[in-house]
Amino acid sequence: MKPPPFHYAAPTSVAEAVELLAAHADDEARVLAGGQSLVPLMNFRLAQPTHLIDLRRVEELARIRTEGDTLVIGAMVRQSVAEHSAEVALGAPLLAEALGYVAHTPIRNSGTIGGSIAHADPAAELPAVALALDAELVVAGPEGTHSVAAADFFRGPFSTAIGPGEILTEVRIPRRAGGHAFVEFARTHGSFALVGVAAVIELAGTTVAKASLALSGVGPTPVRAPAAEQALTGSDADADAVRAAAAADVLSPAADVHGDVETRVEIARSYLRRGIELALQRAQDRR
Amino acid sequence: MDRHEVTMIVNGRPSTVLVEARKLLVDVLREDLGLTGTHVGCEHGVCGTCTVLLDGRSIRSCTTFAVQADGAQIRTVEGLADGAQLHPLQDEFWDKQGLQCGYCTPGMLMRACEIIDQNPDPTPAQVREGIASNLCRCTGYQFITEAVCAAAARMRADSESSTGAQA
Amino acid sequence: MTTTDRGGAPPVRTHKTDRTWVGKSIRRVEDPKFLRGRGGYVGDMTLPGMVHAAVLRSPHAHARITRIDTTAALAAPGVHAVITGAQAAELCDPLPDFGPAPAQHTWRCLAVNKVRYVGEGVAVAVADSRYLAEDALALIDVDYEPLPVLVDPEQALREGAPLVHEDLGSNCAYERTFQFGDVDRDFAEADVIVTDHLRWHRSGGQPLETVGAVADFDLATGSLTVHTNSLSFTSYLFMVAGTMKIPNNKLDIRPMPAGGSFGSKLFATKPAVLAGMCSRAVGRPVQYLEDRVDNISNCDHHGSDRVYDVQLAVMRDGTLRGIKIDTVDDYGAYIQFGVGHHGNALAQVVGPYRISSVEYRVRAALTNKNQQGAYRGFGSEVNNWMLEQMVDKAARELGLDPVEIRRRNFIREFPHFIPTGNVYDSGDYDAVLDKALELSEYEHWRAEQAKAREEGRYIGIGLITAQERSVFSATEFWFWFDEPGAPVTSMPESVTLKVDATGGITATLYSCAFWGNSPETMVAQLVAEEFDCDPHDVSIVYQGSKNGLPATGPGGSRTTVMLAGAVEGATAKIKAKALRAAAHLMEANPDDLEWVAGGYQVKGVPEQRKTLAEIAIMLHLFKHSFPEDMESGLEDSKVFDHPYTTMPSADRKDLGVFYPFMGHACHVPVVEVDVETGSVRFLAYAAVHDCGTLVNPRSLAGHIVGGTAQGIGTALYEEFVYDDDGQLLASSYLDYLMPTAMEVPELRIGHHETPSPYTLHGIKGGGEGGRMMAPAAINVAVNDALAPLGVRVTELPMTPERLRAAIRAAKAARA
Repeated sequence: MKPPPFHYAAPTSVAEAVELLAAHADDEARVLAGGQSLVPLMNFRLAQPTHLIDLRRVEELARIRTEGDTLVIGAMVRQSVAEHSAEVALGAPLLAEALGYVAHTPIRNSGTIGGSIAHADPAAELPAVALALDAELVVAGPEGTHSVAAADFFRGPFSTAIGPGEILTEVRIPRRAGGHAFVEFARTHGSFALVGVAAVIELAGTTVAKASLALSGVGPTPVRAPAAEQALTGSDADADAVRAAAAADVLSPAADVHGDVETRVEIARSYLRRGIELALQRAQDRR
Repeated sequence: MDRHEVTMIVNGRPSTVLVEARKLLVDVLREDLGLTGTHVGCEHGVCGTCTVLLDGRSIRSCTTFAVQADGAQIRTVEGLADGAQLHPLQDEFWDKQGLQCGYCTPGMLMRACEIIDQNPDPTPAQVREGIASNLCRCTGYQFITEAVCAAAARMRADSESSTGAQA
Repeated sequence: MTTTDRGGAPPVRTHKTDRTWVGKSIRRVEDPKFLRGRGGYVGDMTLPGMVHAAVLRSPHAHARITRIDTTAALAAPGVHAVITGAQAAELCDPLPDFGPAPAQHTWRCLAVNKVRYVGEGVAVAVADSRYLAEDALALIDVDYEPLPVLVDPEQALREGAPLVHEDLGSNCAYERTFQFGDVDRDFAEADVIVTDHLRWHRSGGQPLETVGAVADFDLATGSLTVHTNSLSFTSYLFMVAGTMKIPNNKLDIRPMPAGGSFGSKLFATKPAVLAGMCSRAVGRPVQYLEDRVDNISNCDHHGSDRVYDVQLAVMRDGTLRGIKIDTVDDYGAYIQFGVGHHGNALAQVVGPYRISSVEYRVRAALTNKNQQGAYRGFGSEVNNWMLEQMVDKAARELGLDPVEIRRRNFIREFPHFIPTGNVYDSGDYDAVLDKALELSEYEHWRAEQAKAREEGRYIGIGLITAQERSVFSATEFWFWFDEPGAPVTSMPESVTLKVDATGGITATLYSCAFWGNSPETMVAQLVAEEFDCDPHDVSIVYQGSKNGLPATGPGGSRTTVMLAGAVEGATAKIKAKALRAAAHLMEANPDDLEWVAGGYQVKGVPEQRKTLAEIAIMLHLFKHSFPEDMESGLEDSKVFDHPYTTMPSADRKDLGVFYPFMGHACHVPVVEVDVETGSVRFLAYAAVHDCGTLVNPRSLAGHIVGGTAQGIGTALYEEFVYDDDGQLLASSYLDYLMPTAMEVPELRIGHHETPSPYTLHGIKGGGEGGRMMAPAAINVAVNDALAPLGVRVTELPMTPERLRAAIRAAKAARA
C-alpha cells in the first residue's frame, strides 16, 4: 500500500497555485491540503494524480477572521485549530461541535476545513454543516475568485462546483441566532457515520421562526430536510410535531456494508429527531 | 521521479533527507533515519500505530508525505526516554501492563503525550476518548487508560515540585 | 460420562503454597524494548542488499487465469523479478497442509490456473523498494475468465454446485457424525426438546502488525534462513523445507517478535515461502511484508464461519440431558488445519454441565473466500456461544431463572470425563458463579432493569458460565479419521537453562515466538521460583529452528503450562548436578544437603553452604576439582511432552483425553440497546475466570480484558463481509470495524484459582478466555434486553441492520 509517483510543488500564494494548476491542465494535477482523504486513496492506488500542488505554504489560506456577521475560515485552517478557535465557537458553534466528530484528533490535526469540504464525501460532517449554515464557498481560478452557495456547491459523491484549475480558498459562514446541534450515528467512535445531522433552530417566543436542517450520509450529497424545516416553522415544536417533522422528508441513503436502506432510513430519522430536539433545547436555553 | 530535500528536526536533531515526493513520512523515519519505533499498521490512517508528533501535535505518519513535514519538528517514541531514564508514560505503561505485543505502543505513547499536554489532569473517560484514535488489539485499553492517568499524575507532581523548587 | 479415574492420568501433585514469584504481578520482562520503540519486529529488519516483494491479488472470487503477461513489469525500474503462480509451482511444492486429502485441494503460495477467492495471490514482484514493487504489480497484465461464485456454505454443499476444487469432486471437504453417550435414550426421555438455528459470521485476529518474513537464500550452501514473526510448530518445519524443496537441515527459521497474533500467526508459512522463493530467484535477501489489504483478504486466518442446527434435550426441572449439534462450517477456499476447530469444540462441548450425551455432525464446506485459520478460541468460542444460547433459550421456554438452570446442571466432581472422552481436570463452578454475581452487582442490575423497562428503556444482563480449554495434544488433529495418515502423538515444548560462571541464568526458548503473550515473563518467574533469584535478572533468548529442540509454540493456551513443565524438568537436572557438586565441594553427603534461598546447605547448619554462583564458577572453571564423570558447565534442557494425552477408541465413540486442563469463567455484561438504531452500549461488565494457579495475575487480567474486547468486536462489529459476487466488502479498516477504547467498557475482573492436579503449581492456560466468553455473554445480554419485544437474536455480529431487522420482524409478528 504505497502511493504511486507524482510531481510535487508547494507554492506560497493562491495565485502561484492557480498558475501551477493551469500549467498542468493536461495532466492529472490535484490540490493537496491536509491529505487525510487523498493520501489514503493514493495508498490504495485508487487515486493516481500526476501532480500534487501542496497548499501548506500558502499562509493566506490558514487564517480565521470575522467580517461583521460572517465568519471566514481559510481553506487550509486545520480542523483541530478551528475546533478550538474562540472565533469559531462564537461565529459558528455548530461547526465547532461538528468538528469533534471528524474522525479523531490526529486526523483533525492534519485535515483541513477546505480539504474536507472540497473532498465532498457524502458521509462527511463539514459539507452538511456548510449546507445547514448556508455557507458561501469561495473559489479561486484563472478567471479570479467567485463564490458558490453551499446549496449549489455539492454536485454528487466526491464532486463539487470547483472547476478544473480552481481552488477552494475560503468558507464564509453567516452567524446564526438560535440553538444549534450536530449529532451523528457511527458504529464505532470516529468511524464513518451512517448519518449526521446539522440543525439550527431559531425561536420567536415559543414557536419556531426558522429551522435549518441538513443531513449527511443519506444521499449522494449532503441534503437539506425541507419538509421537516417547513413542518417545524411556525409550530410549537412539541414532541409530536418534532416526531412528525423528523419523518417528513424522503431520505434515500444507499445500502452498504454497514446497513441496508431500511435501517439507514430508520437511523437517520431517529437522529434527525435527536438533532432537532437538541437544537430546540439549546434555543430554549438561550432565551 | 524528482527527489526533494526535506529537513526536519527529529527528536531535537536536525536531519535532511533527499526523497521522492511520494515517500510517506513513516517510511522516511523508519528507512532513511533508522527510527523503526514508529510502526506501519494499516497505511490508511485508521489504526494509529504510525502516530508521531509534528510540531507538538499528533499526526498519522502513514498518511503524510515526508515533503509535507519539511521544516517541522518531529517527535517519535525514540525521543521519549532520557537515556536510561524512561519517560513517566513509558514507566507507567510498564508498571500497569499497558502493553502486550508492543506494536501499538509507540503510537499510543505519542498520542498520550499530546493528551496530557492538552489536559494535564485527564479523567479516565477523557483518556479513553483521547486514545480512541489509536487501535490496540491486545489490551482492551483498560490498563493503557490506567497508565496514562498514572503518568499524568506523576507529571503533575513533577512539574509542581520543579515549580516549587524554582519559587 | 463418568467421574471415575481412567488410565493415562499423570500422578496427582501436591503444590507448594509458599511461592515467592509465582502469583506476583511483576512488571513484564519483555516490555522495556517495546516501550522504547526497539521491538525489533520483522519489518524493522534490513540486511545488506535486501530487496522487497509485493503480491498481486486476484480481483475475482472465482476465475480461470487465461493469460499473464509480466513483460512490462519486468522492464520497470528497480525490478529484480516477477514470478507468476505457474512459475512458482515449478519453484516450490504445495504449502504445508494438515487438512484432509490435501492433494485434492492443493494449496500453493500463488494461484495456478485459477483463483479461488478475492485477494488470492497471482504473482509476486521483487524490486529495490516496496514502492517500486507495487509499481511493477500495476504493470502485470492478467486475463481472467470468471467462474460461478460460491459464498454460501449451505449452497456450496448442494448437489450440482460449482466446484471450488475440481479434483475433490465436491465442496464438502469433511463430513462425519459422531455419537457420544446414549443420545437416543436422552432424547426419548426428555420432557422438552429446545431447538434453534444459529449463525456465526467470520471475523479474524487482525493483529496490528501483519505477517512478514525476511528470507536469505545462500546459493553457495543451498541454505535458507528466514526471519519471521510466525515461528511455531518447529517440529513440523520439515514440511516447509519440503515446500522449498530443500533438505530440512538446510532450513533455519528464526523467530521475530510478533506485533500481535491472536492465533493468526500460527504456522503462517505462506509469507515465509514467498520470501524464500523470491530470495532464491534473485540471489539476495528479500523482505515480504503483507500490507493491510493482504492481511485482511489473503492471510489464511479468518475465524470460524458456522451455521448451526441444534437440539437440546431438557427435563422440565431444567436438567440438561443431551444435545444434538449439526454444524456446517464455511472454511473458505482451502482447509489447512482440517476441522481441528471442531476438536476444540468437542473438548468442552457440554460446557460446565452434566450433559450425558452428544451427537455432533460436522460438514466442512469449501467456498470462494479466504480460508479459515486460527483466531483466539479456534472454534471453542463458537461452541460456547452456541451452547449458552441453547441453555438460555431452554431457561426461557421452561420459565426458569438463567442463573438457576446453570447452577442446577454444574459438574461438581473432578476429574470429570465428558461424553466425548476429554477430561475436566478440576474446577469449582459454583465459586466462580458466586463471585461473578457479587462482582457484577447482579441483583442491583436486575432492579435497574425493571426500572428501565418501565421507562421504555431496554437494559439486558447477560450471564454465561462456560469453559476455557487449555493445552491441546496432537490427537485432535487426526481422531477425525478411522485410518489417519499421520497419527502423531506429541506436541512438545522445550527449554534450555544455562547457569553461567557467575550464577546468572539464561533460558533458551524454542518455537515460542513472542506474540504479545508473556513467555519471557512466565519463564523468568518460574525460573526465579526455582532458583530464588530475581526474575528480572533472568536472561531469555530465542533459538532458531535449525538448532532448536522439539517445540510447538503458542496456541490453544498451552504456552505457560508447557513452558512450566520444561522449566521444571531442566531445573531438576541442573539442581541434581549442582547438588552433587556442592556435596563434593563441602565434602558432605548429598542427602544431608537441602536447597535454601539460592544455594545448597547442610541441613541444620545454615552457615555451611554454597550458593549457586559459587557452585557454578567451580563447575565452569574447575572441572578437574570434580569426579571424573562430571562435565564442565551447568546447563541442561528439557523436552517436555504433553503431560496428559490418551488415545481415542477405535470406534471414535471416545476421543480420549486431548485438552485436559480446563479453565472456567463467568461473564456478566450489562447492556442497553437503542431500539431505534439497533446499537448496543455497555453499562457494566464483570468477568471472573478460573485458570488454575496464576503466575502473573495482572498479565492474565490483561488477556481477559483484551480477549473480551475482541469478543465485543465479534459480537457487535467485526465481520469479513463477502457479497454475492464474492467481493470482500470489508477489505480495509474503514469497513472492518474494531472496538476502540470507547466501545470497550471498564471491566471488573475477578480471579478464582482451582489448581490443576496435574501441572506444575496447578497452572492452566488462560490466554483465550476473554474471547471465548464475551460473544456468548453479549448475545445473551442483548436478548435479555429485547425480551419484552419478543426479540431473540441468533446471528453474530449483532449489527444495527440485524438488530433492527429482528425488532421489525417481532413487531410485525405481534401486529
